Amino acid sequence: MLDWVDTIIQGVLLGGLYALFAAGLSLIFGIMRLVNLAHGDLIVLAAFAILALATWFGFDPFLAALLAMPAMFAAGFALQHLLLNRTLGRDLLPPLLVTFGISIIIQNGLLEVFTADSRRLGLGAIETASIHLGGNLAIGVMPLLTLGSAIAVILLLNLLFYRTALGRAFRATSDDLEIAQLMGIDHHRIYSIAMGIAMVVATIAALYLGIRANFDPTIGPARLIYAFEAVIIGGLGSLWGTLAGGIFIGLAQTVGAKMNPEWQILAGHIAFLVVVVLRPRGLFPRSVD
Amino acid sequence: MVKGEGNQLMEPTRYRIETKTRASAVLVLAGIALVLILAALPAFAGRGLIQDLIFVFYMLALAQCWNLLAGYTGLVSVGQQAFVGLGGYLLFALTIGAGIDPIAAVVLSGLIAAVFAVPTAFVVFRLRGPYFAIGSWVVAEVYRLVFAQFKQLGGGTGTSLPPSATNQILGIEWVKATFEVRSPAARDIITYWIALALAAGTPLLVYLVLRSRYGLALFAIRDSEATAESAGVDSFRTKLAVYVLVAAATGMVGAVIYLQKARISPDAAFSVLDWSAYVIFIVVIGGVGTIEGPIIGVIVFYALQHYLADFGTWYLILLGTLAVGIMLFAPKGIWGYVAQRYHVALFPLRRILVRPHE
Repeated sequence: MLDWVDTIIQGVLLGGLYALFAAGLSLIFGIMRLVNLAHGDLIVLAAFAILALATWFGFDPFLAALLAMPAMFAAGFALQHLLLNRTLGRDLLPPLLVTFGISIIIQNGLLEVFTADSRRLGLGAIETASIHLGGNLAIGVMPLLTLGSAIAVILLLNLLFYRTALGRAFRATSDDLEIAQLMGIDHHRIYSIAMGIAMVVATIAALYLGIRANFDPTIGPARLIYAFEAVIIGGLGSLWGTLAGGIFIGLAQTVGAKMNPEWQILAGHIAFLVVVVLRPRGLFPRSVD
Repeated sequence: MVKGEGNQLMEPTRYRIETKTRASAVLVLAGIALVLILAALPAFAGRGLIQDLIFVFYMLALAQCWNLLAGYTGLVSVGQQAFVGLGGYLLFALTIGAGIDPIAAVVLSGLIAAVFAVPTAFVVFRLRGPYFAIGSWVVAEVYRLVFAQFKQLGGGTGTSLPPSATNQILGIEWVKATFEVRSPAARDIITYWIALALAAGTPLLVYLVLRSRYGLALFAIRDSEATAESAGVDSFRTKLAVYVLVAAATGMVGAVIYLQKARISPDAAFSVLDWSAYVIFIVVIGGVGTIEGPIIGVIVFYALQHYLADFGTWYLILLGTLAVGIMLFAPKGIWGYVAQRYHVALFPLRRILVRPHE
């Protein structure tokens, strides 16, 4: 019984990490319906940026992540402004292919610079610190911090979405692009800012990814799949839905792993497919396409 | 009113519908000649060229399959590696496990892949557009992880096709005697012919599908799904039929790929990079939504790989850059540009109304 409680706690905590992977994706998918196949690789890129700052200048990973954020915002803005804005339209193929291309460019660029070695962001004692809950139950401090950060990120994104002029522009372009343009919204600029923000979130995700486990230049696509599953399960345009989706995938994976360690990833995918067969629009869609 | 005159006036002009163009008539002959020359090639060419051409042929067949799905049916899949891997694993299971002749196993693998495609379709067809793309990828991952569980097929590390399974392949004695080669080279030649048959067969298949009633239905769905449905086109059944047909062809191609490679592992057989990304690049570089495009795309892809593969990561960076560049600046691909500029169609799909001469 107690080990099931433990499994569920671990699943929810893992879900926090997946929600962080997914939050940036959810933002841009919700606003501009862009299928960004490079999102996983952009997270890995951010992880290497943090690693480089931490090792070259001896910064603490948290400080390094903070410093990487403006650079990643600029990279996201430029990417959207120079490439992705030109691919948007009714046709799905151009953004798909361009982001596939970017994915391959980032992966191989990172291989060229950082080699295929596995890396990790070291934090010292806090990495393994845990809070005992009595019995054999314990919660790792880092996983808890990850989930807390995921909730904080989604809270902040929601505030941005519903309380600011920029957020109003986000919602307007998401709901009806033509009318938003008539109202004088420069949608290309809005999209570029959204991608910049998504990359700031990706940097936060990269920080926890790098602390939690080893990473190398090729792990992006697998992270992308978990992120997309969370976004789709959550429903288009719903950030809280994305958090729920991430936790759902995390839970499915830990429950699967408890039954058989080899089934962890498989269980997550099958749970995802079951949800989409029953609810193809996800659980909490804000917008309808 | 003069007798008979009204009758003559009422006589409708008899239009004919033609699809042939002068270029296409020449192409039929040229195509048959090319296939015959390629079929005879093992008599002159070395083993290296034969192996390179097997690669070109199976990539071309995959590109044609994906193009029928994405370019004509609107099913933009990033999960066709599911059927490549399935075909490959079925080939291994059928030859090693059941002792079936590899050539028969290739055909059977395709048919079984089509059977698997039906329940797969009922899952992924719940999703549309971008959701479909991601969902199809997840399904391919499920296939990968499930095949990694089969210990008889090597589990996560994979397994090899023992020479004993393919040494008795149909026609091998004849090839050995005719071309005076040993067993491995003879196996390559037979694999080469199967790959050639698939490479020649898939464009033909796509062409025949598009010329058929299904083709008209597909064009109607592409232009407006709602209008097509109101005109009596069953969109779901049409798409399902194409999806299953493409799965059968992709499964056969997968079987041929792993007949040639003779070693399979889940990560390689269900690789999104090899069997989706590169295939999509080939189609888009050549021209999506055209039968000619994948043929040009695969030639460009092979040339790049042949001359630049030694540069490793830089080659892949260049390939990614090329794909991005083509999509941004020539979204219709090389053939799309040529066809628009010079008004040529080697595989004419447009139905032309011809008024007979008086």
